[in-house]
Amino acid sequence: MASWEHFPHEADIGVRGRGESIAVAFEQAALALTAVVTEPHLIRNAEQVQITCEAPSLDVLLVDWLNAVIYEMTTRSMVFGLFQVTIDGLRLTGKASGEPVDRKRHEPVVEPKGATFTELRVSRDGEGQWVVQCVVDV
Amino acid sequence: MDITPLQQISEDQWQLPATGKMRAPVIFYADRALLEDMDDKVREQAINVATLPGIVKASYVMPDGHWGYGFPIGGVAAFDPDEGGVVSAGGVGFDISCGVRCLLTGLQVSDVEPVKDKLADALFANVPAGVGSTGHIRLDDSEMTAMLSGGARWAVDRGWGSREDLARTEEHGSMRGAEPQHVSQKARHRQRDEMGTLGSGNHYLEVQRVAEIFEPDIAYQLAIAEDDVVVSIHCGSRGLGHQIGTEYLREMAIAAAKHGIDLPDRELACAPLRSEVGRRYLGAMRAGINCALANRQIITHLTREVFSDVLPKAELPLLYDVSHNTCKEEEHVVDGVQRRLFIHRKGATRAFGPGHPELVEQLRDIGQPVLIGGSMGTESWVLIGTTEGMALSYGSACHGAGRRMSRHRAKKQWRGSKLIKNLAHRGIIVRSVSMRGVAEEAPGAYKDVRAVVDSADRAGLARKVARLEPMVCIKG
Repeated sequence: MASWEHFPHEADIGVRGRGESIAVAFEQAALALTAVVTEPHLIRNAEQVQITCEAPSLDVLLVDWLNAVIYEMTTRSMVFGLFQVTIDGLRLTGKASGEPVDRKRHEPVVEPKGATFTELRVSRDGEGQWVVQCVVDV
Repeated sequence: MDITPLQQISEDQWQLPATGKMRAPVIFYADRALLEDMDDKVREQAINVATLPGIVKASYVMPDGHWGYGFPIGGVAAFDPDEGGVVSAGGVGFDISCGVRCLLTGLQVSDVEPVKDKLADALFANVPAGVGSTGHIRLDDSEMTAMLSGGARWAVDRGWGSREDLARTEEHGSMRGAEPQHVSQKARHRQRDEMGTLGSGNHYLEVQRVAEIFEPDIAYQLAIAEDDVVVSIHCGSRGLGHQIGTEYLREMAIAAAKHGIDLPDRELACAPLRSEVGRRYLGAMRAGINCALANRQIITHLTREVFSDVLPKAELPLLYDVSHNTCKEEEHVVDGVQRRLFIHRKGATRAFGPGHPELVEQLRDIGQPVLIGGSMGTESWVLIGTTEGMALSYGSACHGAGRRMSRHRAKKQWRGSKLIKNLAHRGIIVRSVSMRGVAEEAPGAYKDVRAVVDSADRAGLARKVARLEPMVCIKG
């Protein structure tokens, strides 16, 4: 089942996504990233932003994907509550849906600086679910 | 942390001898309690640093060492280009040249107390802080390039400060060797609306009172006395630095194998100082340092404007500006030989001792001020660099308390609104856009900064000069 969670890191915060496909797990990891900033359910998914990235391996692709989301968040001053991802080999095509940051409604906590290679994993668990994760510097 | 494998050298110095792939030992500066409180990951990361090519003398951990990414936070390491030494994007981190500056005000606590609320409101309204805030200054591409080359000097040239400010800033306000052409368009774009903004997380602007003086002669020369009011600003190179870190970390991690570097942890991403990517990163990272220096200079200007409105008799000269996420080329004497080395300080403050040629004349006899940031509701410190610190840690000291609790746990343990109320009872006014942000930055989520500073003082890294207590905190 698709889900996301945070895991502890002493200085920063870990984001983890799970899903039956790797694409869903990437979507969930991005939601976990959003939840570092604000509660995802507070976001109106009114505007869409296209994101593409390509990497030499799946785990670097996860870092690139999350960094691309961070870039769109900061340069557009937006938060995203819905992600749709397609992965073809080592190429990702994604759509992030959200709205401009509303400081009163979203009460944004912190801005992510970047996704790191720390605790970076893209793997399948014992039940065949994809689990993807890394620590985000905030 | 399991300290069994460590050899104790003194109360505050411990050594882990080089074994296996380590090219140098690890030296921890901390007392037993601080060491035992550190995560095992700190030792693991410090060992990993010790395996990097060209490391000189040791991989050091400061008393506030904690689990970072690649390098531990509170990590110091020097590399020699003549011995295949490296520069590590992971060893500098995402927030290039994050640092603290402290401004004097010429005011006493009794001057500020009656207008504390008004001052807090005015600072909160005029110094952009938190997610979604934007600066008042927009830079076109050529001005961005000028800022990346000039740093705080660029800001002063545009009227946001004085020449005296530059004398009290590391690198005299302008990092040499910056190469803005190696800063990508994406990094520039990310900075477009962020000049003169505090950012978020543990970044802040605080009005503080000098609560205690430990070295009266040094304090006198720094023009601080008990019950004086000062302003401390903690922030860095904002989106531009984050993007430089993101891009070069990826490039170095992927290219490491090509350079024959066996990375024990990809986050240690590094490249030989004499490689093409290593040189490019140094140029971009130095431009990032200038961005941080310019940013803190602009925030200084905004702060001065607020004070001139609320407390017109105030004057706010700069005590000093330190950076704690950098890699700098410096001269150090190692085993009696003068060498040019590249010193990484990741969550560690430069702390040059008396007589260092980098220091301006007024500071040359006493050493470099070392500013240790607290967190909302906890104390901050002014220390001074020592002669012995130059040999102990390449003139480096701690940078803050360090977290003892993850954001994850802090968010569950505290409520922001209640924390703000409790701090108000203690006379500390907090302004923030996010209650959850306040909870995640709760004073209780941080280690005891006093234990960290005491250990640094006993170890000889830097000497305690003054303890500062917050009066007003503008949370980023």
